[in-house]
Amino acid sequence: MKVVFKRPESLSVTPTHYCPGCTHGIVHRLVAEVVDELGLRERTVGIAPVGCSVLAFNYFNFDFQQAAHGRAPAVATGIKRARPDLIVFTYQGDGDLASIGMSEIIHAANRGEKFTVVFINNAIYGMTGGQMAPTTMPGQVTTTSPRGRDVNDVGYPIRMCELLSSLRTPGFVERVAVHNPKQVLNARRALKQAFMYQRDNICFSFVEFLSTCPTNWGMFPVQATKWLEENMLPYYPVKNFKMPETAEAKNAD
Amino acid sequence: MGKILMKGNEAIAESAVRAGGLLYFGYPITPQSEIAEYLAHRMPEVGGVFLQIESEVAVANVLYGAAGAGARVWTSSSSPGISLMMEGVSYIAASELPCVIVNIVRCGPGLGGILPSQGDYFQAVKGGGHGDYRCLVLAPSSVQEAVDLMPLAFDRADRYRNPVMVIGDGMIGQMMEPVEFKEQKFPPLPPKDWATTGCKGRKPNVVNSLYLDPVVEEQLNFKLAAKYEQMRKNEVRFEEYRTDRELDCLLVAYGTTARVCKTAIQRLDEEKICAGLLRPITLFPFPEDKIYELAQRSKVVLTVEMSTGQMVEDVRLAVGRTKPVYFFGRAGGMVPSPEEVIEVVRKYVEGGGR
Repeated sequence: MKVVFKRPESLSVTPTHYCPGCTHGIVHRLVAEVVDELGLRERTVGIAPVGCSVLAFNYFNFDFQQAAHGRAPAVATGIKRARPDLIVFTYQGDGDLASIGMSEIIHAANRGEKFTVVFINNAIYGMTGGQMAPTTMPGQVTTTSPRGRDVNDVGYPIRMCELLSSLRTPGFVERVAVHNPKQVLNARRALKQAFMYQRDNICFSFVEFLSTCPTNWGMFPVQATKWLEENMLPYYPVKNFKMPETAEAKNAD
Repeated sequence: MGKILMKGNEAIAESAVRAGGLLYFGYPITPQSEIAEYLAHRMPEVGGVFLQIESEVAVANVLYGAAGAGARVWTSSSSPGISLMMEGVSYIAASELPCVIVNIVRCGPGLGGILPSQGDYFQAVKGGGHGDYRCLVLAPSSVQEAVDLMPLAFDRADRYRNPVMVIGDGMIGQMMEPVEFKEQKFPPLPPKDWATTGCKGRKPNVVNSLYLDPVVEEQLNFKLAAKYEQMRKNEVRFEEYRTDRELDCLLVAYGTTARVCKTAIQRLDEEKICAGLLRPITLFPFPEDKIYELAQRSKVVLTVEMSTGQMVEDVRLAVGRTKPVYFFGRAGGMVPSPEEVIEVVRKYVEGGGR
């Protein structure tokens, strides 16, 4: 019999704790597939954040470190500088990366640290129970913005890809989504590209995944998908923001 | 190799390099920036890594990552910077990772000033970061001793899989003294088979401090406590000076302050006041048994610090109510003079103790 679908070797045989409809499972699988496909499992080290994916180290089948809230890029810097031969990626949510870890991510990107960032943007704090994130949409109701995010009071949602792609240091920065099969395939392509840039020691690579959080958004999964399409896609365009050094950019120096 | 004249900070850096501390991550802060400056040119010469990081908060987490990947890694900073590192240090201790942190203490609290102080004693020996953990704390009182303690710090960090803090006041970092780099031999270390180095040929390794099951988390706490107990048994280090006699006054002081006390003791001899010094070299574990023992041979005990009284609490715990324990301290960057110490000793000795 021909095998057409199986668990990637890079995923462990552990049921996840994620809620129904949550897109962490899809992104975990994409990471595992890409690591397998590139034959990197035995030299990969993942960094788990603080947030819903804090237990990611249970779900992958390779080495892992668990980082303090927001500090995954610093931890990844330490691993990569100690062992440049290892393949290192951080897996971070929006509260972790765009709020408490803003300094760490910007400086790691600006140093051109050669690791990969898997950034989950679901516009809310999941683990702590649905508080406002730096990426929460204008008017979006959360437990700490009960009347909806007031941009006059707390500003607009932060667009991390746009922000990081403004850095002069070469890097790969792309935003993808995982709310339908077409987007998932596109996301897989971008993620593979990111890991290849790291494997080939070319540059820092960052992939933002627009994700859903049906539980804390208070929606059924299908509704959540629709909400993402209608609210997040227009504000967070899915596209490539930055490619590593081109001849053109080099000439500009 | 003969002696050479070196500034404390640079000598510490060179000693760390020779001890195999080939990965250094740091952030500039007075009075220890010479460590980073020295390493910025030295590390490339020896194939090591020097990297200036964006903040001390990040530095401690870079250490975590590098230590978790099996590297011999270290940093240095001064008081306000050490405060920022406390998050990472707690994680490092909880995840049982080795690293060395040098604190060239300046005066505080707050931004304080850039002059020497011993005001970080509590932070260093009582935890500093959150949760139930300890650092092994070494306190040199000369540039030579700082040089000698660095290899030990790295060895013990690896042996106990625990952060080791080397705490010197600003004086130790800034003054120049003749030093000699002596090679030190240590027993072989166990392999770092727990490090995240890629899972080829083995099950995945995880560096982690999250245990949601209270039974497991308590086990971790007890495991760490047992390790600290081993340190108490095996790692207590101290120096005795002029304690081979019945004492009018037992002085307890560490670091630069201990050297001031030695000068005071020599001059007190001329007045027929017998004083001796117990100088803790490890602040954790603390030489409490030795202090108790010596206190029994002395009329009074006097702790001298560049603080308003921190180590004195541990001296009081050691001595109990068996002898009066007094305190003298200068703070804010002021260094006690031998004359001041002599005057205080005289006052308490002539006051007759109890």
